[in-house]
Amino acid sequence: MISFLLNGETVQVADDPTRTLLDHLRDTRGLKGTKEGCNEGDCGACTVMVTDDRGARALNACILFLPQLQGKAVRTVEGISAPDGTLHPVQKAMIAHHGSQCGFCTPGFVVSMAVAHLNGSTDHDESLAGNLCRCTGYAPIIRAARAAESAPVPAHMKADAPLGPLPPPDDAFLPTTSDALAEWYLQNPDATLVAGATDVGLWVTKQHRALPKLAFLHACADLRTVTETDTHLRLGAMLTMSDMAALIAPHHPSYAAMIRRYGSLQVRNAATLGGNIANGSPIGDNPPALIALGATLHLRRGDTRRDLPLESYFLDYGKQDRQPGEFVEAITLPKHAPTFRVYKISKRFDQDISALCGAFNLSLSNGTVTEARIAFGGMAGTPKRATAVENALTGRPLTDETVTQALPAFAQDFTPLTDMRASAAYRLTAAQNLLRRYAADLAGHPTSVLEITP
Amino acid sequence: MTVHAPLPHDSAKLHVTGEARYTDDIPAPAGALHLAFGLSTIARGTITAMDLTAVRAAPGVHLVLTWQDLPRPADTSPSAHDEPLLSDGTVHYCGQPLFLVAADSHHAARRAAALAKVTTAEETPILTIAEALAANSRFEDGPRVWQKGDPDTAMAAAPHRLTGHLTMGGQEHFYLESQAALALPGENGEMHILTSTQHPTEIQHKVADALGQPMHAVRSEVRRMGGGFGGKESQGNALAVACAIVAALTGRPARMRYDRDDDMTITGKRHDFQIAYTIGHDAEGRILALDVTHYARCGWSLDLSLPVADRAMLHADNAYNLPAVRITSHRLKTNTQSATAFRGFGGPQGMLGMERMMDHLAHTLALDPVELRRRNYYAEADTHTAPAKGPGHGQRFGGEHSPKPRSQTTPYGMEVQDFILHGLTDRLLQTADYATRRAKVDAFNAANPILKRGLAFNPVKFGISFTLTHLNQAGALVHVYQDGSIALNHGGTEMGQGLFQKVAQVVAARFGVDTSVVKITATDTAKVPNTSATAASSGSDLNGMAAQDAADQIIARMSACLAALHQTSPDRVTFADNAVHIGPTTLPFAKAAQLCYQNRVSLSAAGFYRTPDLSWDRIKGQGRPFYYFAYGAALTEVVLDTLTGENRILRADLLHDCGSSLNPALDIGQIEGAYVQGAGWLTTEELVWDAKGRLRTHAPSTYKIPAVSDRPAIFNVTLWDTPNREPTVYRSKAVGEPPFMLGISAHLALRDAVSATGPHWPDLHAPATPEQVLAAIARARGQT
Repeated sequence: MISFLLNGETVQVADDPTRTLLDHLRDTRGLKGTKEGCNEGDCGACTVMVTDDRGARALNACILFLPQLQGKAVRTVEGISAPDGTLHPVQKAMIAHHGSQCGFCTPGFVVSMAVAHLNGSTDHDESLAGNLCRCTGYAPIIRAARAAESAPVPAHMKADAPLGPLPPPDDAFLPTTSDALAEWYLQNPDATLVAGATDVGLWVTKQHRALPKLAFLHACADLRTVTETDTHLRLGAMLTMSDMAALIAPHHPSYAAMIRRYGSLQVRNAATLGGNIANGSPIGDNPPALIALGATLHLRRGDTRRDLPLESYFLDYGKQDRQPGEFVEAITLPKHAPTFRVYKISKRFDQDISALCGAFNLSLSNGTVTEARIAFGGMAGTPKRATAVENALTGRPLTDETVTQALPAFAQDFTPLTDMRASAAYRLTAAQNLLRRYAADLAGHPTSVLEITP
Repeated sequence: MTVHAPLPHDSAKLHVTGEARYTDDIPAPAGALHLAFGLSTIARGTITAMDLTAVRAAPGVHLVLTWQDLPRPADTSPSAHDEPLLSDGTVHYCGQPLFLVAADSHHAARRAAALAKVTTAEETPILTIAEALAANSRFEDGPRVWQKGDPDTAMAAAPHRLTGHLTMGGQEHFYLESQAALALPGENGEMHILTSTQHPTEIQHKVADALGQPMHAVRSEVRRMGGGFGGKESQGNALAVACAIVAALTGRPARMRYDRDDDMTITGKRHDFQIAYTIGHDAEGRILALDVTHYARCGWSLDLSLPVADRAMLHADNAYNLPAVRITSHRLKTNTQSATAFRGFGGPQGMLGMERMMDHLAHTLALDPVELRRRNYYAEADTHTAPAKGPGHGQRFGGEHSPKPRSQTTPYGMEVQDFILHGLTDRLLQTADYATRRAKVDAFNAANPILKRGLAFNPVKFGISFTLTHLNQAGALVHVYQDGSIALNHGGTEMGQGLFQKVAQVVAARFGVDTSVVKITATDTAKVPNTSATAASSGSDLNGMAAQDAADQIIARMSACLAALHQTSPDRVTFADNAVHIGPTTLPFAKAAQLCYQNRVSLSAAGFYRTPDLSWDRIKGQGRPFYYFAYGAALTEVVLDTLTGENRILRADLLHDCGSSLNPALDIGQIEGAYVQGAGWLTTEELVWDAKGRLRTHAPSTYKIPAVSDRPAIFNVTLWDTPNREPTVYRSKAVGEPPFMLGISAHLALRDAVSATGPHWPDLHAPATPEQVLAAIARARGQT
């Protein structure tokens, strides 16, 4: 039995642990305002507000399993108006500014806007990057969001609170400590671990995979531990990408800027650092950045822990150095890397999977490269260091000539593939050009179209 | 007056509260079955065996149907009867429905459908335009060719010639609401279909045909769609027919919605085109002769490809007077999804071809692209105002014996009488500060080695009317109830464009009441029959006039009754301010309605409209296919990164002609949305098929429509608010499609920015993904 607050009322649900909140809302509760647009977390039509002890955030209901809601508060578009029917300021503004046309994406937009309004966020391009609209061209929606900024938050929007400690549910394994997880996973090494479900969700909604044995990790608060020393940050695996963006911004602004384009806000509110590493994807955006930073991966199996440089975790396509029953516990990365830069290349700026993602971290002494760490995603079957390029740069002054001479080394490091995101030729050329961008960037030249204003 | 007022969408409050009900939100009666198709995984071949044992045995499955199991052959084509609902053994594309599963839930049906074991004899598919040409795989017996003047002689005589070639991709509609239908079986073979469709009558027709019933047995209803864009003109037929067949076979309600991946895999998209051209021109850039060839990839079935390809030809001139021209159009048949209607309906492809030629010519001659365009424009209409009629409105032109303006015809022989782009261009360039910004862009490019800006302009002239002339008709039904409330129904469908509100504004204006008095009801073939698709931007032109006709019939009856009661004449009865004024007497509208009811006046009327003055021979390519043209122009500024090809739209200034806008807020909404959708087509929206003919971009994870930050940071949209010369409803103009083509300026601006990197013709194709842009930069530098 899973218990949560739904639009202010406590509900109890006994259902398949891979039942999504979207299906529950629409088919069981008859709450049809939340829409299915893509069933994979890419359109935002199913956006709901979820509140727990860490606050309120927007999530995609289509890839959110019911056990992930245990003890939390959910607010759907039906609960955005006040109980007496008074429209929320963002709803009023959407009407006044003609922010809806066909109206199908509108409930998702309204929820995203109401959550941003509650949290005081006025960066609407960031809040709404995960809500697709095919009718309006977005301009009137942004006008509406701006118009509602100064309106007070309605009382009912602040009323959601988590339910407090609940007994463990009998239909899903939902540990509250990493010790409990470690013990259980050792006994159940064939189980599927669900962190944010932004990947596993699609196994269910798109691949119809049966997942008979599941553990939901979100309640393990100790897996969100952040430990900071003078030189390093140790980040727990269950920190979401939204958490990660805030933690990393003071130290590595380039990394934070990349995370802003990682999925969408709804996805970053669910997706975890550990999940992005554990699943071994060759196109995850954290690994190249972390490898270039020289991050250390902390793995745990039962009571056995081991550390390894992140790059050695990725063995081959679909194959990682992780034993049965072993899970990602944390990542440690250096705080200081002033010349670190990471660049994400995709067809669309926001919420798009990278065609390639390149991370550069050169140590320079009097203009000469003393150490080079360069890593790419999207260029091979795993996230991978550009060793030949690193060697071509190390010991040389970082000049145009050095860069030009290093470019052919990319072909030694990488034999990229052609797919729907980009051709092999483009990937190789763009990777080379990212080194040129990096050099220009360090030299202070404008290199990002995102920084150009009309 | 309610017309010309910027009222919100009629369902705006329902949208923002989540109360607006879409097809899949309608509660189904108990026992409803949920359907899913099993799809082909090869693009071409024959089915040698289909083992559906596991499908039938899957949990929750009630019924599995193959082609052989259907009670009668079921077809879903809107044109040529060439689309069997389920494969008859031949596979024409990857994603073609092979069998149908009915289960007790959507997920049970989808899970079961994945369990089929299908054995096929695979053949080499024809996928590309080149492959289709090589195999002579085409619709119609050969290319369509239209001609004006003597292009060969003019070409030979032209002092200069320029040739080129353009490839442009298709486009997925990505309506946020995927296709959906619900069938409710009735008594005596009747079927009630609720669908998300732009064409309720086509649904009614195809369902009746599949059930072997007359059309009167089928009622097709649609309250609203979650977006259409042409993708719901014919692509909903399969779901409605499937639901109706299952409902008829089982006696149970049946519903179906496509999962997004299925929707993108099964349904048709915008036609991708290649265009080859030779321009004969003089040194000043005037086009003297043009020979242009369109290659349209139509997919596996005919669907609407002939009128789409025709409309591309009809917009091959865009805004330019071409003295001698030949337009050749190949409609190629391939083993891919059947390309279908999409906002602009071929017009964007034809127009992009022409604008690309202008751009190529300007680059070649090093002329300002705007100036070059002006030199080739049609001549301006003699007046911007509508010709008034009647005594005291004499004028130099327009009278029976007046001197005729200089003749200028399109390549298909239609007089262009309403051209306004000279004035419109002047105003846009002035308000958008073109000259200053051109200089700033050039200065930026001189100072920045890596980032480059581009600035470009394009005009739009878009023909309004269905080119299949008989479709230019509409009906409406208006009831005035005895309490003074008004119910409105018409043949148009609401897909977000605000049609219902516009037509309600017209009806409210006729009766002189607030729009709140007018109840807008779902499109329903049992109320208004024989509807045309809500397409070709025609919705408010046709249905607004039909509703106006219905309202005026009731007004005439009420006026006659009220005048008689008050011993005055009907012409002294006026309807305004929620009241009826009868000479010196004023009655609240509700009181007047009650009085008319008590005096046994019929307060219900069926209105009708047919667009006048149309005649068109599509084989000859001659006539007047359009009632009028809608105009617009855009100026777009972009920035790109020469290292990666990444690019952004910085600013767009749009000036668009809606005649006297029925609702400026809704019209501006259409223009903003159309521009972003048009720019998306030409930038990030890339459809990729692999060598086996499998669509690799079948979800929003891989197919990228514009997101919020892709809109122009500065986005100025203004209406050219001048009455239509033709007597359309309140002298307004259609708006759905024309502004889509303002997005062409974004592509042209990227070409302009690329040209800041080198002197050679960059030959930028579409969509201009970062990869395409980087390739164009290499060409501009002469590196390839």
